[in-house]
Amino acid sequence: MAIPFVYNLRSVTNRPVSTATTAVGIGLTVAIFIGALALAAGFRASLVTTGSPDNAIVLRKGADSEISSGVTLEQVNILKANPAVAVAPTGPPLASAEMVIVVNKERLGQKGSSNVMLRGVDAEAASLRGGITLVAGRMFTPGTDEVIVARRIAGRFAHCNVGDKLRFEQRDFTVVGQFTAKGSAFESEIWGDAAVLMPALHREGYFQTVVFRMKDPAQFDRVKKELEADPRLQVQVRRERAFYAQQSEAFTLLITVIGTFITAIMAVGAVFGAANTMYATIGARTREIAMLSVLGFGSWSIFVSFVVESVIVAVIGGLVGCVLALPMNGITSSTTNFQSFSEMAFQFRVTPQIMGQGLGFAALLGLVGGFFPALQAARQKLTRSLRA
Amino acid sequence: MLKLVIVNLFRNPLRTFLTMASVTVALFLFCALGGILDTLQESIKVGSESRLVTRNKISLVQWIPMAYRQRIEAVPGVKRVAIQNWFGAQDPADTKGFFAQFAVDDPWYGVYGKDYELVDATPSSAPADIPEGADPRLASYFQEQTACVVGQKLMEKKGWKLGQTINLAGTIYPGTWPFTIRAVYHAKKKSFGDETMFFHYKYLNEKGMGGFGAVGTYVLELNDPSQASAITHAVDSQFENAAPATLTETEQAFQAGFVSMYGNIPFVLRVIGLAIVFSILLIAANTMMTSIRERTSEFGVLKTLGFTDGAVFRMVVIEAAVITLGGGLLGSLGARALVTGASVPGGFFPPMSIYWGTVLTGIAIAVVIGAVSGLVPAVQASRLRIVDALRRVE
Repeated sequence: MAIPFVYNLRSVTNRPVSTATTAVGIGLTVAIFIGALALAAGFRASLVTTGSPDNAIVLRKGADSEISSGVTLEQVNILKANPAVAVAPTGPPLASAEMVIVVNKERLGQKGSSNVMLRGVDAEAASLRGGITLVAGRMFTPGTDEVIVARRIAGRFAHCNVGDKLRFEQRDFTVVGQFTAKGSAFESEIWGDAAVLMPALHREGYFQTVVFRMKDPAQFDRVKKELEADPRLQVQVRRERAFYAQQSEAFTLLITVIGTFITAIMAVGAVFGAANTMYATIGARTREIAMLSVLGFGSWSIFVSFVVESVIVAVIGGLVGCVLALPMNGITSSTTNFQSFSEMAFQFRVTPQIMGQGLGFAALLGLVGGFFPALQAARQKLTRSLRA
Repeated sequence: MLKLVIVNLFRNPLRTFLTMASVTVALFLFCALGGILDTLQESIKVGSESRLVTRNKISLVQWIPMAYRQRIEAVPGVKRVAIQNWFGAQDPADTKGFFAQFAVDDPWYGVYGKDYELVDATPSSAPADIPEGADPRLASYFQEQTACVVGQKLMEKKGWKLGQTINLAGTIYPGTWPFTIRAVYHAKKKSFGDETMFFHYKYLNEKGMGGFGAVGTYVLELNDPSQASAITHAVDSQFENAAPATLTETEQAFQAGFVSMYGNIPFVLRVIGLAIVFSILLIAANTMMTSIRERTSEFGVLKTLGFTDGAVFRMVVIEAAVITLGGGLLGSLGARALVTGASVPGGFFPPMSIYWGTVLTGIAIAVVIGAVSGLVPAVQASRLRIVDALRRVE
C-alpha cells in the first residue's frame, strides 16, 4: 500500500528553512540551465527569423557566410533575369543584389570598438525582406549619402542617431532613420543604397549576395539545380531561412557546450545538496519511519514515499528557478557572431518549452538526490529504529 | 579543542563528504568560469608591445594593397614588415571542425621567432635563405610554394603526418587547395596557440588572387618599442587620405579588440559565477545548521564541563571552515590542474588558462562561505543556555 502523498507534503512544509535552502539551491541550478537554453534560443531565433521562407539567397560556390561570398555585376544581371524570380507589380524583379561589409565602429559607453554589418541594398530590399519598420526618421533616398540604422545598435555604437554623420572611408553618410526588423539579425545592421556605398568603399561591381523572391517557392529545388549548373554563375543557391539558421550554428554550439558543462557540474553540486538534506531529514525521522513500518507499510512504499518527497522539494526548486529565470526574458545581449564577424544583438528567450525542460531537469535532480537516502530509509531495521 | 572539531567532522562522514563535495564542485566551476575570462586576458598577451599591426581602417575584413608594404618599411624605427592574411578554408572531410589558417610571408617566421619552436620538419635538400630569427629547419618549407607549417595539437586532432599532402576547400578564396606539411610547431608562448596552420602568402596571392596582392594585415617589428606611438602615427598619417586608409595599433591592442568583440558575454559568465557561489553558500549553511541542531544537548554538556561560549562559537565556525576550505582547495586547485590547457570549442581561443589569482579568489570565497555558513549555528550554539540545551534531551 502506498503512503499517502499528504504525508510528504506535510513533512516538506514542516521544515520550511531546510526545504527552502535546498529548493533555492536547486532553483539556481535550474535558473542557469534555463538561462543557457534561453540564450541559445534567442540567438538562434534572431537568425532564423532573418530569412523569409519565400526567398532564396545566392552566394559564390564554397562561401560559408555573406562576407566571404562574392558575386559580380554580370552574374547579378543573369540572376535577376531568371524567370524564377518574382516580379513586383510595378515591373522590376523582386531581387536585391547586396554588398555586405563589416565596419569597425566605436562603442558607446564602453571601451573599445566592435564590428557592425553595413549592408548596401537595392530599392527592393525592404519590401523583399518584409518586417522592416522605420521607427524614427525616414527611409534613405536612393542615390544619396543617406543610411538607416537598426534601433538596437543605436544604443551601442556612437553616431547612430537620426541626423548624425557616420564616416566610411572618405565619405560622410547621414543617418536619416532608425528601423526595427522583428528581432532578426538585420537589427544589428546599417543599411544604405548599394549604388552609393559600393564606390565609397571601393567595391564597385562586387556584390556579396543576391536575394530574390521565388515566383513559386515549391519550385526551389528545380531553380537551385538550374542556377548551380549554369557555368557562367559558379554559385550556390540556398533557402534564405535555412542559410541564416546555419549561420547561428557555431555560436549556438559554443553556448550549448559551455551551458551543458556549467549545468552538469552545478547539477552534481545540487544533487549532493539534495542528498544531504534528505539524509538529515531521514536521520531526524528515524522513529517516524519505524512507525510507518509498524503500521504495515512495506520497504518499497517507504522508498517511493521518500523519493517522492525529494522530488517535491526539487520541483519547488524548479519553480523557484523558473521564477528567477523569467526576468531574463527579453534582456538584450550582444556578442560577435564569428560566422559574420560582426556584432549581433539578440534577446534571451525564456519559452514555456524551456521552462518545462527546466522543471524536468529539477525533478531529475530530486530523483537522483533522493535515491540513496530513500534506500537507507527503506532498509532501516525496525528494532533498532524504535529503540533510537 | 581541535580534537573535538576533528571528531565532530567524522561523526557523520557521509554528510561531511557530501558538503565538502558540493563545495568542491562549485569552486571547480567558479574557477573554470574564471578561467574563461583569464583565457580571454591571456589571448591579449600574444600581443607583444614591440610589434604593431596595420589593418584597413574600415575593418579587419577589408584588405590593404601590397604596395603599402614598402612605404611602411620606409618609416624610421620599423625594423621589418611581415604579412599575415586570414585564409578561412575548411577541411572537406570535417566542415564543422574549424581551425585557423593564415597565409604569411617568409619574414613572418622571423618576427614571431621567439613565440614558437619547431618539433619536426622535413630535412631540406638544398640551402635556403632563412630570415633573421627564424628556425633554419624551415628551409624545406621555404623552398616549396605549397608547403605549410601546422601546430602540434592540430596534427594530433586531424591525424596528419609530416610530409602528407592535405586538401582544403576555400571559402573566401574558392577552389581546392593542396598543401604539403613540411614542419610542425609547438607554441612557446601559450597564447600563440597550437592549432593553427601557416602557409606561403605567395601561394595564396598567385592561386587565389591572380597576383592582385591584397593583404589582410601587416605586422611591424620595431627597433625600439618605446617609439610605438610615434611610429603608429607616422604609418597612419601616410595613408590618411589614401584609399584605403589604415589603422595601426600595438599587437596587444589589436588582440584586445577581439576580446572586446565578445560583447557582454564575460559579464554573463561573471553573473553565473556569483549565482554558483550563492547556491553553495545555501547548501553549506543548511548542512551546518542541521548538524548543529542535532547536537544541541552535546553543547549543553560541553558548557557544563566548563567550555566558554566563545570556545563553543569558535568550535562551530572552525568546523564549518574546515569543510568548506577543504572543498575550496580541492575544487580550485582541481580546476587549475584539469582545465588548464583544454581547448575551447569555437577555435578562436588559445588553450584554457587559469590564473593563480582566480584560484586564490576561489579559495578565499570558500573560507568566507565557511565562516558565513558557520556563523548562524555558531551564534545559536554559543548563546545556548545549559538548562535549555539539556532539557531538550529526548
